[in-house]
Amino acid sequence: MTVTEDRPSVEPEIGQARKRKEDYRLITGRTRWTDNIVLPGMLHLAMVRSPFAHATITAIDASEARNAPNVVAVLTGADVAEVQGPLPCAWPITEDQKAPVHPAIAVDRVAFAGEVVAVVIARSAVAARDAAELVDVDYEDLPAALDLKDAAADTTLAHPDLGTNTSATWIFDSAEAGTGSPVEDAISTARDGGILLEREYRQQRLIPAFMEPRSTVVDPTGEQITMWSATQVPHILKIMLAMTQGIPESKLRVIAPDVGGGFGGKLQVTPEEVITLMAARRTGKPCKYTETRSESLMAGHHGRDQWQKLTLAATADGTVTGLKVELLADMGAYLGLVTPGIPILGAFMFNAIYKFPAYHFSCTNIFTNKTWTDAYRGAGRPEATFAIERLMDELAHEVGVDPLAIREKNWIKHEEFPFATVAGLEYDSGNYEAATAKARELFGYDELRAEQKRRRESGDPVQLGIGVSTFTEMCGLAPSRVLGSLNYGAGGWEHASVRMLPTGKVEVITGTSAHGQGHATAFSQIIADRLGVAFDDIEVLHGDTQVSHKGLDTYGSRSLVVGGEALVRAADKVIERARPIAAHMLEASADDLDFEAGRFSVRGTDQGVAMAEIALAVFAAHDLPDGVEPSLDAEATYDPVNFNYPHGTHLCALEIDTETGGVRMRKYACVDDIGNVINPLIVAGQVHGGLVQGIAQALWEEAVHDDAGTLVSASFVDYLVPTAADTISFDIEHTTTPALTNSLGTKGVGEAGTIASTPAVVNAVVDALRPFGVSDVRMPCTPERIWKAIHARDGADDGGGATAEAAMPHFDEDQAGANDEGAGR
Amino acid sequence: MSRTTVPVTITVDGTRYTDEVEPRTLLVHYLREQVGKVGTVVGCDTSNCGACTVHLDGRSVKSCNVLAVQADGSEITTVEGLEKDGVLHPVQQAFHDCHGLQCGYCTPGMIMQSIDLLNENPDPSEEEIRSGLEGNLCRCTGYHNIVKAVQQAAGGAR
Ligand code: FES
Ligand code: FES
Repeated sequence: MTVTEDRPSVEPEIGQARKRKEDYRLITGRTRWTDNIVLPGMLHLAMVRSPFAHATITAIDASEARNAPNVVAVLTGADVAEVQGPLPCAWPITEDQKAPVHPAIAVDRVAFAGEVVAVVIARSAVAARDAAELVDVDYEDLPAALDLKDAAADTTLAHPDLGTNTSATWIFDSAEAGTGSPVEDAISTARDGGILLEREYRQQRLIPAFMEPRSTVVDPTGEQITMWSATQVPHILKIMLAMTQGIPESKLRVIAPDVGGGFGGKLQVTPEEVITLMAARRTGKPCKYTETRSESLMAGHHGRDQWQKLTLAATADGTVTGLKVELLADMGAYLGLVTPGIPILGAFMFNAIYKFPAYHFSCTNIFTNKTWTDAYRGAGRPEATFAIERLMDELAHEVGVDPLAIREKNWIKHEEFPFATVAGLEYDSGNYEAATAKARELFGYDELRAEQKRRRESGDPVQLGIGVSTFTEMCGLAPSRVLGSLNYGAGGWEHASVRMLPTGKVEVITGTSAHGQGHATAFSQIIADRLGVAFDDIEVLHGDTQVSHKGLDTYGSRSLVVGGEALVRAADKVIERARPIAAHMLEASADDLDFEAGRFSVRGTDQGVAMAEIALAVFAAHDLPDGVEPSLDAEATYDPVNFNYPHGTHLCALEIDTETGGVRMRKYACVDDIGNVINPLIVAGQVHGGLVQGIAQALWEEAVHDDAGTLVSASFVDYLVPTAADTISFDIEHTTTPALTNSLGTKGVGEAGTIASTPAVVNAVVDALRPFGVSDVRMPCTPERIWKAIHARDGADDGGGATAEAAMPHFDEDQAGANDEGAGR
Repeated sequence: MSRTTVPVTITVDGTRYTDEVEPRTLLVHYLREQVGKVGTVVGCDTSNCGACTVHLDGRSVKSCNVLAVQADGSEITTVEGLEKDGVLHPVQQAFHDCHGLQCGYCTPGMIMQSIDLLNENPDPSEEEIRSGLEGNLCRCTGYHNIVKAVQQAAGGAR
């Protein structure tokens, strides 16, 4: 049985650019998108949505729709008011947070344009849509709260019953927390001979715009109700539906089949999911709802949408001494699953990689009559990184030094790790010097600066701008105790199990839920190395709550750093379960066994047994040691001890035609330190995709509403998701400082590109325009805004280009005129 | 509201189908719902995303922008009809090799459009590739590796 053999030494899987195992079905069209699912007797749903941002529903006449061919039922809010339950918000950020009840179908009032007021259930999607046109709804228009600042002043109430538009205010103060000194002291010191930057930046509203529209199928037949949904969070969805719909959790099964992107946009418990569930339970038939793109853009949650008031204090030589952040965050009309917590995730990141001794953060969450906001790639952290990286460029300009130099002066040096930050986090590792040095070289920084100088001196109509962003982020959401301290309704652990099949194959079950990230490939690589099993013999199962019974899903760059660690621990348990059995098979003592490359061997001999042989022996169970259970399978639930802090240096060169305001990206180079890399191919893909989403915020995308609160950018004609023709190829590389908080030394990468790139691009725009006296251009930096910013000093209206002038009234009025930086240009 | 239907005969991925369709039925819905070619997907309602791209008599079309009746008598190739005898089409292979997909939702359309692009211009520059794919949106990849995949496929074709 115990054959000895000369085993060829195998290359470790970790670090290899393995092509993805999930590709085959995707490139041949053998996919299982939710909308592909067809079941016997299936009914189809179409939503009737409010065209008004704020209105009372005075009457609904659905009789004509009910009589239309092949219509089975029409449900209005009144029909389901008693049973629909409120949609959940899992993150009340304060004890006294105010929130309206969030119904799946509006009952007597609508609070944003796009809110569902009725649903038609019919035998075909076409019949449902045709009949939806026949539902006659009478509205009485109410004044709508649309502008965020007006809403903050309670000029118009988004929900009159609440009596205010303020949902909650959340504050962190380093002096109170004991993590730093009082920020007001730093500010008053800086007023007197130091540097005080007072700025206000706008984070425009974005739309996640995943390519697969959301779709839900519910089958109410059988013992469990089964829901397939295009979701990032099948486990959370199941728990939340059980808690709000009066269905025992054990009678619900949620499956996320192939899911076409999410980016936070599918981190939600949606009205449409609840409505499809209700429709299936009412009719007793499988029901399907698939949204159109315009419904997706209008009614899927949005992201960002903040005003950021910022005060940075520094000494005259540019050493930072304090940072004060005051945010207004637009919740939209309701609090979604994690809506109120999103801007709070930024609270820990405004200080970034810099050694601020004093820090104050406050965020006020405001209701408006718009689609609610929630997670979008980066979720709170891009907003923070944008603000601080823009400010560091402003500081460099003020001091008159290179933007990289001002950063280096203030950042945490590599020998200073672990570093306790002023926001209360502990950064375990990092090396900003190394990443920056490599990025400089990759980018050709000095040559591009020289070219910029030439163009400036010659008065070239095409100016070159160079933008810098030296970001870090906290990822790997999240240590459960930290989430508890932030009032979040759940933990941040992850679960994994490993099943050793008798034929030598291995099934890996993860509680994360991939929708494009390549977990099947990366997790196979991890297990292949850990257990010494062939990459192709490993199957990764996920996204079905009956297969993966436990998990917290995929978001917040957590799947590898939290889910991967759970996997490693489960695999290690398999090895420990196998050890006594191997010892028995080898007639040796367990203490004398070494495990390497999938094989137990007796130290100092050539005797050994492979994991697959043990799996088969365990399956037969004919000859196991006494008292040993016939199973190698193991599971682990891992709760991270800390967040995880990838960082990097991103450099962007833009050519700006000062005669037209046109922008052309010349070069984009970045060096990210994401710790050890499992699969460089997948990592590069995450970086590229992230970069384009961040660049798109800087240059193109914005959810625009008209004066009535209707989303104007409700199609891909108007919401400018970039195309291949808008973008360039990127130069990306890595430095490696392994994370110290997980076995694999990995850090998150899913959000890095999005977080880092936005300020790099806007800094490049502003850098190009400095000779014109420009110190800010509002996002998206359209040619029109750029042109107006250039011409503003000729007396033209700056077209909302700069935001600094708007900042002044918020700050110390006496000082406003005195500090000419405050004037914005 | 009874609707009249029209008979059509359409060859899809080498198989001939004879069906009754409503005159207003879009080709993409015919393919997905009547023929079961769910590999071809819908990403928008304004013909902007290209997710539904198929070949109609050898040229790429957005199948949400064509009526099923307009395809009567034609040959349609979808992403499901590219693999021959277990061998991937070189463009499929290139998307796999270059990691030109993540979630894969845009992929059927991207692949069909890329094939058309290379049929028209076997040796495209990066700029020509980028403008040739302008009608196809991808939210995951940032296009970097899609461009590489088309370059690889072009190289293979030479
Ligand atoms: S579905 Fe055809 S172009 Fe979007
Ligand atoms: S791979 Fe996800 S949209 Fe292109």
